[in-house]
Amino acid sequence: MSPEARWEPVIGLEIHVQLSTESKMFCRCANRFGDEPNTLTCPVCLGHPGALPTVNEGAVERAIQIGLALNSEIAESCLFHRKNYFYPDSPKAYQISQYDEPICSGGHLDVDGARIGITRAHLEEDAAKLVHAGGAGGRIAGSDYSLVDFNRCGTPLVEIVTEPDLRSPEQAVAFLSLLRNTLQTIGVSDCDMEKGSFRCDANVSVRPAGSDRLGTKTELKNMNSFKFLGDGMAAEIVRQVEILDSGGDVRQETLHYDPATRELHARRSKEEADDYRYFPEPDLVPLAPPRQMVDRLARELPELPAARIARFRADHGLSAQDATDLNASPRVAAYFEEVARESGDAKAAADWVRNQPAAVGLIPAAGLAALIRLIATGTITSTIARQDLYPQLERDPSADPGELVEQQGLAAIGDADELGQMVDQVIAQNPAFVEQFRGGKDGVINALVGQVMKQTRGRADARRVQELLRERLTV
Amino acid sequence: MTLDTRGLTAERCIQLLDGREISCRELVSAYLDRIAREDGPIHAFLRTRRESALAEADALDRDGRSGLAGVPIALKDILCTRGEETTAGSRILAGHLPIYDAGCVTRVKEAGLIALGKTNMDEFAMGSSTENSAFGVTHNPWAPDRVPGGSSGGSSAAVAAGFAPLALGTDTGGSIRQPAALCGVVGMKPTYGAVSRYGLIAFASSLDQVGPFALTVRDCALLLSAIAAHDRCDTTSVEMPEPVRVPDAETLAGVRIGVPWALLEQGVEAGVRASFEESLARAEGLGAAISEVALANAEHALPAYYLIAPAEASANLARFDGVRYGLRVEEPGDSVADMYGRTRAAGFGDEVKRRIMLGTYALSAGYYDAYYGMAQRVRTMIRRDFDSAFAEVDLIATPTSPTVAFGIGERIDDPWAMYASDVLTVPANLAGLPGISIPSGLADGLPVGFQLIGPAFAENRILEAAHALEQAIGFDPVPPALRVTA
Repeated sequence: MSPEARWEPVIGLEIHVQLSTESKMFCRCANRFGDEPNTLTCPVCLGHPGALPTVNEGAVERAIQIGLALNSEIAESCLFHRKNYFYPDSPKAYQISQYDEPICSGGHLDVDGARIGITRAHLEEDAAKLVHAGGAGGRIAGSDYSLVDFNRCGTPLVEIVTEPDLRSPEQAVAFLSLLRNTLQTIGVSDCDMEKGSFRCDANVSVRPAGSDRLGTKTELKNMNSFKFLGDGMAAEIVRQVEILDSGGDVRQETLHYDPATRELHARRSKEEADDYRYFPEPDLVPLAPPRQMVDRLARELPELPAARIARFRADHGLSAQDATDLNASPRVAAYFEEVARESGDAKAAADWVRNQPAAVGLIPAAGLAALIRLIATGTITSTIARQDLYPQLERDPSADPGELVEQQGLAAIGDADELGQMVDQVIAQNPAFVEQFRGGKDGVINALVGQVMKQTRGRADARRVQELLRERLTV
Repeated sequence: MTLDTRGLTAERCIQLLDGREISCRELVSAYLDRIAREDGPIHAFLRTRRESALAEADALDRDGRSGLAGVPIALKDILCTRGEETTAGSRILAGHLPIYDAGCVTRVKEAGLIALGKTNMDEFAMGSSTENSAFGVTHNPWAPDRVPGGSSGGSSAAVAAGFAPLALGTDTGGSIRQPAALCGVVGMKPTYGAVSRYGLIAFASSLDQVGPFALTVRDCALLLSAIAAHDRCDTTSVEMPEPVRVPDAETLAGVRIGVPWALLEQGVEAGVRASFEESLARAEGLGAAISEVALANAEHALPAYYLIAPAEASANLARFDGVRYGLRVEEPGDSVADMYGRTRAAGFGDEVKRRIMLGTYALSAGYYDAYYGMAQRVRTMIRRDFDSAFAEVDLIATPTSPTVAFGIGERIDDPWAMYASDVLTVPANLAGLPGISIPSGLADGLPVGFQLIGPAFAENRILEAAHALEQAIGFDPVPPALRVTA
């Protein structure tokens, strides 16, 4: 049996989502990316002696929205805890987080028919950003000194923890993609992985196929793209299977995937074991979101991607893959729906939006819909649409495709005589091809079709051209 | 005129200012001059702010004033004052200039009170004698070889010595009431949440509370009314259900006072007990009904307190790492961890280190339930004990401290003896309740404190009763040593 058949991967994810609030989690400093270092700070987020936290209601609302979107139970009352650790990115030497009473418990997100359990989602504050300077490559090892930017310190995060329900890197990536789309749809975060507003750690283990026992897991830290994440998990599964197949034991450790070398590196283990000495944050009273607030947020929740995928399939007859692709982000989904509505041809709209991702946000839906209608009515050929008109729309998004067709004479050659003459001409000019075709080399017909298409500059229907050629050559 | 600040109350200061018998500058100068002359051997103040205080007085003299405006006040050095050094009595914060005012300091400024300076204290409010200050010991104005109590010993000594008519302190386990008792002044710990903790350098966040020192209960009420308010920067603060009133009760008719006699069986000095019983008799004479109440779990208050407070302190004090403010000690080639270690080793005193270690241990994996968890359960039981007691009585009375002021150096090497100073004050902190200490007389020539504890937000009830009793006792708050000098 192959390793894939003998071993089953088990994956659980921890996702940190930076909330798109105006201000930070526990103070009124702006929550913004890209400002001059250490300009968005105050006594609270700098951990100055005597400063106290106050909870940002906007962050609480977003955490509740996330819980509602993930089918979680929203706590009637929950607690903040202090998570104690010494590190220069943590000015209080503790992070205010949630521990055994999170704001959202349980829940699930369905991905391609599989139900992935959500363990919890909780609110916490982000740490400062460390910049390792001097030395090599921005890494802490070999750097001469480190700089701390407190602009990020105290910005609001929601940490989402899944059950170990995922069974392959592909499924994990599909889950993350749907989760990100869901969070973008409800508007709680921009989920920009490059800016670090959507960060993922993966717990990976393997076990004998059919077993319900969990193997020893390793933790893959903080990978900044879905591709690296998928590659990293795949590499880690291969590594664990090799260890287990050779009779070894997987060691519980934290790993980094280097996309350049495609290798996994163990992080230098800390000298002391982690003991965060959690205890309830005495500076904050228990958080009790009013029932009315939760109800209002539930009412205001927009249609979620999982529901939208199902609806796209039902309403537009799309395949699962098409429906999922068209839900890659709320913008794409909304654009597709508009094009489909305006053109009255959902299948064509789906093809166009999937194949021309650049159109989203660039070409007005009405323009793309007009293009689709021109093809559907036979006014232009799809070749003209793809190779000629669409590139023009990208250059001049406000142009009217119908006018362009008229101005540039791009209408399909509908007249049989005109096309027939061109076909006759090509037959006359290519005696060698004609001979080969008649000698039984059927594929040569394509070369002749190509010649006709070239002469018509794409304005002919290739299938019709082939028909005409065959009619004449087989007589 | 030369103003004698000894025994001068805030109310009298207001009268003099209102009647234009003195100017704000004259009043402030009188206090500053006395501090300059007399504070050397007492060391109540770590710093005075003569120039700023006089400038503020001049502004009031020029622009007009009312209420408490122009009355001087001393601030415990644990309260952040913008741009003015605030150390919490610790070497690790020597030279620290806060970039903001504490919530209560803002209230004080808004009332027009004039801060004379910052008072000495046990480092990070950890102690009951003010001997744990990194900046020298404070001496009791009643007996220079004795401690003023702590941790707010600088503030209590300042009021007792006539250096300020009012002072602010903080009370985590008795740090206002105990030094008030030992220095023969009035000190009050308000209900937890009545006064903002924003800008109070945290020791134990769930217990810390800012409160007033004064020579009289009425002055104490005046200051409390100025500082008690909800602060949006402190979400544990609340608006008092009714405003603090300046008390005028002359009797205790109908007031039911409960005494937890079982709690007083051990460790209370004979002289303290005698003064306490005498005061109870006076209260009865004023019409109070005295009965016994059970606070069954109060005996466990001290151990619970010495787990909860150090646990919270271990987290609160972890931020002092030499990176962003305060002391930094490092050697060439040090890693960040080395620098942390050196800074904290040099910056913290022994008692602070002891409590950080205790608290870290109490929160550690595997010990949390047995220590911190258990202490929190005891805390809940103590709160319930008070609830049932207050179903039967209006107020609970005990001596404030089991002893009068003890000698400097006497307990400093015996932490358990030092911790025992808090046995009668700690229960109110654990339950979040208000308590006041008023002088009830002398034992061996030293002041004895009488404590009244009430239900949450019953500050007015406490103040009225304390005022009536204070009038009946007629204590002279000027220490004898100060009565003979000019």
